[in-house]
Amino acid sequence: MSEFLNNLLFLPESASTFAERVDFLHHFVVGTTMVMSTAVGLAALFMFFRYRRRVPAQTTEYVVPTLATEFIFVSVPLVFFLAWFGIGFRDFTWVTTPPKDAMDVYVMGKQWMWKFSYPEGPNGVNVLHVPANRPVRLLITSRDVLHSFYVPSFRIKMDALPGRYTQIWFEATKPGTYQVLCTEYCGLSHSKMLAEVVVLPEEEYDNWIKDQRRGRLQDRQDALADTSLVPPVARMVEQGQVLAGTQGCLKCHSVDGSQHIGPTFLGMYDRMEKLDDGQSIRVDEAYITQSMMDPGAHLVSGYQNVMPTYQGKLQGPETAAIVEYIKSLRTPNVREGASEGPAYDPIQ
Amino acid sequence: MTPSSSIDTAGAAPHDEHHDHHPSYLVDGTTIKSWILTVDHKRIGLMFLFFVLLFFLVGGIFALLIRLELLTPGPTIMDAMTYNRTFTLHGLVMIFLFMIPAIPAVFGNFMLPLMLGAKDVAFPRLNLASLYIYLTGAVFMLWGMLNGGLDTGWTFYTPYSTHTTTTVAPVMFGAFIIGFSSIATGINFIVTCHTMRAPGITWFKMPLFVWAIYATSCIQVLATPVIGLLTVLVAVENLFSFGMFDPARGGDPVLFQHLFWFYSHPAVYIMVLPAFGVMSEIVSTYSRKNIFGYRAVAYSSLGIAFVGFFAWGHHMFVSGQSTFDAGVFGVLTMLVGVFTAIKVFNWVGTVYKGAVDFKTPFAYFCGFLFFTVFGGMTGIALGTVSLDVAWHDTYFVVAHFHFIMVGATIMAFLAALHYWFPKMFGRTYHEGWGLVSAALIILGFNATFIPQFLLGNNGMPRRYYDYPERFQALNVASTAGATLLAFGFIIIAMYLTYSLVYGKVAGKNPWRSKGYEWLSESPPPTHNFVGPQPTFPEEPHFYVDPKKAEVPDAV
Repeated sequence: MSEFLNNLLFLPESASTFAERVDFLHHFVVGTTMVMSTAVGLAALFMFFRYRRRVPAQTTEYVVPTLATEFIFVSVPLVFFLAWFGIGFRDFTWVTTPPKDAMDVYVMGKQWMWKFSYPEGPNGVNVLHVPANRPVRLLITSRDVLHSFYVPSFRIKMDALPGRYTQIWFEATKPGTYQVLCTEYCGLSHSKMLAEVVVLPEEEYDNWIKDQRRGRLQDRQDALADTSLVPPVARMVEQGQVLAGTQGCLKCHSVDGSQHIGPTFLGMYDRMEKLDDGQSIRVDEAYITQSMMDPGAHLVSGYQNVMPTYQGKLQGPETAAIVEYIKSLRTPNVREGASEGPAYDPIQ
Repeated sequence: MTPSSSIDTAGAAPHDEHHDHHPSYLVDGTTIKSWILTVDHKRIGLMFLFFVLLFFLVGGIFALLIRLELLTPGPTIMDAMTYNRTFTLHGLVMIFLFMIPAIPAVFGNFMLPLMLGAKDVAFPRLNLASLYIYLTGAVFMLWGMLNGGLDTGWTFYTPYSTHTTTTVAPVMFGAFIIGFSSIATGINFIVTCHTMRAPGITWFKMPLFVWAIYATSCIQVLATPVIGLLTVLVAVENLFSFGMFDPARGGDPVLFQHLFWFYSHPAVYIMVLPAFGVMSEIVSTYSRKNIFGYRAVAYSSLGIAFVGFFAWGHHMFVSGQSTFDAGVFGVLTMLVGVFTAIKVFNWVGTVYKGAVDFKTPFAYFCGFLFFTVFGGMTGIALGTVSLDVAWHDTYFVVAHFHFIMVGATIMAFLAALHYWFPKMFGRTYHEGWGLVSAALIILGFNATFIPQFLLGNNGMPRRYYDYPERFQALNVASTAGATLLAFGFIIIAMYLTYSLVYGKVAGKNPWRSKGYEWLSESPPPTHNFVGPQPTFPEEPHFYVDPKKAEVPDAV
C-alpha cells in the first residue's frame, strides 16, 4: 500500500528509519487534503449548479451562518492541523536528537563539493560510506557560503553554515547507493554539487574501514619522517602549496580529483587534455605557466574562460613553485594519521 | 426591481454646478501633463496598471526562459551563470515589481475611494509620489540586473550575497526604494479608511475588499521598514566589511534569514490578502448573495495580517535554529491555515441559496478556490516540521508558493481586471473569449505546477540549472504547461486591448452588483460622485428582495 502511494507521489525509495516516519505523515496529510478539498470542490460545484441564476434581477435570501457553523469551520481544520503538527514535531525532534551510540561523520560543504571525514578514519570527497542499520550522526559545516545537505531517499536535510556546526542523524535501512544533493543555492555550480551515500552491510563496512586504514599505513612507510632531510624541490612544493592557497588557485582547482570551476590539479601534470577546438595538449611546465599568465590561450574543453591572469601578480620563482606543487600531485594525496576533527582542508 | 432609491446618490441629479456635464476621469484633461502630474487616484491606479503589466510581461518572459532551459538536463539555451541571473531576475521582478503592487496599487487605488464614497484617497500627492518612487526603484533594480546582473536569487542569502562579484548594491538599493512606495501606499489607504468613509459606512459596512486592503496596508507599514533596514545592512556589510552576517568576522548568516523573513513572510500576505478581498467581492456579485460570514471574513483578514508576523521561522526549520523555535513557528503557521480555511468555507457558503451567473470573473473564482485550497493545504503540509525537512528548498516549495502566491493572486488579478473593466473603462470585454482564456490559464497553471509538486517529492532541489536524468519527464510536463499558460495570457492581452476601444458600452452597473463602487458612473467622473456627498445606509452586497428587506441586523 505504502509502496503504491510512494510511486503515485513520485517519492524516491524510502531507505531510512526517518523516511518511514515522514512517508506515513505524508500519506496522512495528502490523503486528508485530497478528501477535504474534493469535498469542498464538490460542494461548490453542486451549489454552482443548484443555485444558478434564472432571471437577471433575481434576488436572494439573506443567509448568515450560525455561531455553530463558524465554530465547525474553525475547529475541524484546527484539529487536523494540530494533529499533523503534533506528529510532525515529534518526528522532527526525533531526527534532530541523535542517539548516544550514533557514529559520527563530519560533513563539510564547499563550493561545489561535499567532504566527509570520520573521526578515526579516512577523508573523502563526494562519497560517504556508512553501515546499514546503525545510527549515523552528521556534523555539518561549510567552508564558504550556505549549503544544504539533502538525501532524498533518507528524507533528511540540514543546512551547512560557515562558522557553525549543525547536526542531523539517520539510520539507513537498505544497503545501496543514494544521491546527495545541495538544496541551498550556493552559486555557479549549485546544481553540480552532487555526492552519494554508499550504504554497506555491517561487515562490508568494517572491512572497508580496515582497508582504508591499511592503505594509509603503507603510505606512511613511504613518507619522510624528518622534514629537515626534504630535498629542495620538495621545499618548493611546500612553497607552491602555500602560494596556491594564498593566490586563490585552490578556490577553483581542487587537489583531490573532484570537479570544480577549473580542472583538478590532481594528476594534471603530464596528462593529455582535450581542447575546445578538438586538439589535444600535454600539460607540461610550459602549458601550466602559460595558463597562469594567459588563461584563455588554450582552454581545456568543458571549462569556462573565467580565470583571471596572474601576469604581474606572481614572480618567477613563485610561478615555478606552483608548477612544482602541481607536479607533486601526481599520486593520490592521502592524508596521514587519523583525523580527529572537522573536515577542514589543511591547505590555506 | 432593485431598491436603488435606498441609496441617495443613485438617482441624485447634479445640482448647483456651473455646468452639469461631468466628464469621465479618462477624458478630463488629455495632455500628457494632465496624466503624469495627476493626483486623481483613478489615473494613478491606471498608470500603476500599465507598469505592473509591463513588469509582469518582463517577469513572464524570464519565467518562460527558465522553463525552456529546464526542458532537458544540462545546458539547453543558456549557461549556468545566465540561468542563475535569469531566475533571480524573474523572482525579483515578479515579487517586488508585480505581485506586491499588483492588486493594492492598481485596484486598491482605483476602487478604495469609490467603495468608501470618498472623492480621492487621503493624501493624493503622496499617492502620485508612490508611483514615481516605485518607478525609480524599478529603474535601479533593472539597471543593476542588466549591468552585470545578480545571481543570488531573490532572497539575497548571505554570505553568498556579500561575496558574489555580481551587482548586489543597485538591486538592493532598488528594493530599498520600492519599499518606500509600498509604505506610502499603505499609510494612504489606512488613513483613507479611517477618515474618508462616507456617512453610513461604518467599519462593519465596509466592503470586504476594503477590509483586505486595510489589513494589507497594516502589514506594509509595519513590515516593509525591516527589509529597508536589511538592504542597508547588507550594503554596509558589502562596502565596509561590517561583519554583521559574515561568520569570518563574528557575524551570523542566520541573522540575515531572520530579518529577511520577518519582512518576506508577511509580504506573502501583502500579495494574497488583496486577492482574498477581490474574491469576496466577486463571489458575492456573481452569486447575488450577501457574504456568508461577513464578520468572520473581515476578522480573518486581520487575523492573517497579525499571525503572519509570527510565522517567519517556518522558512528556517533546517537552518540550524533551535528545535523549540521550530515548534513555535510550526504551531503559528497552522493558525494562518485556520484563518484561510474560514475564508474558503465562507466563500463557498456565500453561494448557498445564491443565484450564480457563471461569468469570466466567476470562472477565475473557481480556479482561485482550487489554488487557495491546494496551495494553502500544501503550505500546512510544509509547516508540519518533519515533512518540511524532506521538502525544504525542493520544487515542492516552488510549486506550493506559486500556487498560493501566484495562482491565487493571478486569479484575483485577472478576475478583478475583468470584473472592474467596465467600471474603469466604461466598456465590456468579450465574454466568450474571457471564458476560453480563463480555462486555458487555469489548466495551464495546473499543468505547470502540479508536476513541480511531484518533482519536489522526487527530490529535485530548486534553483537547479542542471538536473539528474530522472527528473526530466516532469520538467517537460511543466514546460508544456507554461506554454499553455503563456497562450492564455496572449489571448487575454488581445481581446482586452480590443475591448478597450471596440467593447460594448457597459453602462453604470453591468453586473447589477450592490458593491458601493458601482453607484458611481462607469467610468467615474474625476471626483467620483456627482452632487452632494453620498450616504450609504445599506450594507454592501445586499441582494435581498426589497419587500423582505427588513431582515438583516444580525451578521
